[in-house]
Amino acid sequence: MTESRGNWQWLYRLGSPRWFYDISGRWLPWLSALTFFLLMTGLVWGLAFAPPDARQGNSFRIIYLHVPASFLALAGYYIMAVAGAAGLVWRVKMAFIIMKSAAPIGAVMTLIALFTGAIWGKPTWGAFWVWDARVTSMLILLFLYIGVLALQRAFHNGDVGYKASAILALVGTVNIPIIYKSVDWWYTLHQPATLKLTSAPSMHIDMLQPLLVMIGGFYVFYVLVLCLFARAEIVCQERSTVWVRRRLEGTP
Amino acid sequence: MHPVRKQRLQWILLILVATSIGIGLVVYTLRQNANYFYTPSQIASGVAPLGVALRAGGMVTKGSLHRIADSLEVSFDVSDGAARLRVHFTGILPDLFAEGQAAVVTGKLDDQSIMRATQVLAKHDENYMPPEVADAMLEAYKRPDERARVDEEPYYEP
Repeated sequence: MTESRGNWQWLYRLGSPRWFYDISGRWLPWLSALTFFLLMTGLVWGLAFAPPDARQGNSFRIIYLHVPASFLALAGYYIMAVAGAAGLVWRVKMAFIIMKSAAPIGAVMTLIALFTGAIWGKPTWGAFWVWDARVTSMLILLFLYIGVLALQRAFHNGDVGYKASAILALVGTVNIPIIYKSVDWWYTLHQPATLKLTSAPSMHIDMLQPLLVMIGGFYVFYVLVLCLFARAEIVCQERSTVWVRRRLEGTP
Repeated sequence: MHPVRKQRLQWILLILVATSIGIGLVVYTLRQNANYFYTPSQIASGVAPLGVALRAGGMVTKGSLHRIADSLEVSFDVSDGAARLRVHFTGILPDLFAEGQAAVVTGKLDDQSIMRATQVLAKHDENYMPPEVADAMLEAYKRPDERARVDEEPYYEP
């Protein structure tokens, strides 16, 4: 241990791809089982057993996909940006691998949120798409994700691509509080948040419970897919090392 | 922390602060332009531009919806509590359009300050409840002795 590393030694252990590969391998069965259990419970409960809404009828049920996907689109962006910042400061290989793995998952979550919103918007609002502050800022989030994805593949030198896309990811974090607060700052067609940090949710408890299960399920699903993507990236980057060859051959 | 890493962290914080200030200024400047619609008060006070297409939003006033027989033409008022705007529209209203609920209309103001709408959208609120609960609220609201205890308007009227 060199003097300059000091108390940050744990971070370097955390940043070892080999350590991550082995520990996440042990998590995978538990994460998969929990994801399956939560998503199945939430979907059956929300789609079949929760009561319909008094005004929207059954079309409100798309909330069980729309809200969890939107949560992860926003939270996943912070995960990607924080991993990118850690990579820029400490030059840890693992941080950039997490950043790279988080980008496509976040992009798909944003796409799900926009798509389910459009399907819900037609019967509820009367339009698939409107250019209000919430919907537009969410579209910008999708473009940011696509930008990060494209930029990290745009350089022959992978390290340059990582640094460039990490900076773009960091700059884009400004958009997250704008998306979150857009429905309060401006007049929008999109309604304000049903689940709030500071006050009770404006949703009946019978409809709320399956929603919370789905949000939990989406978070676990996110961690599961992040681990799988990161493991694939580790194997790809470290394919010439002895330890990867040993793992792939099945010998310890 | 190693001085080099400390410097990199400071750069990152600087980038974050600078972009936040920059975007913050843009957002502050756009605070009116980023609104999806004008309120009837803004239109009445002349904030909204005349002669161009614009959107207006508010609560559809109870009892103001009139349908013209043998056509798809309707008229109704939208209000924000302080001002009212009369809207004329020819077309099919969204399923969730109702008196006492919010709506956003796109169109032009004519010389009598009537909105000639080309599109009507229903705006949903953030409340969700099952029909039985909404019915129970409505029942409670109708009983005069209980009305004092019910602080909210009923969720919907059938």
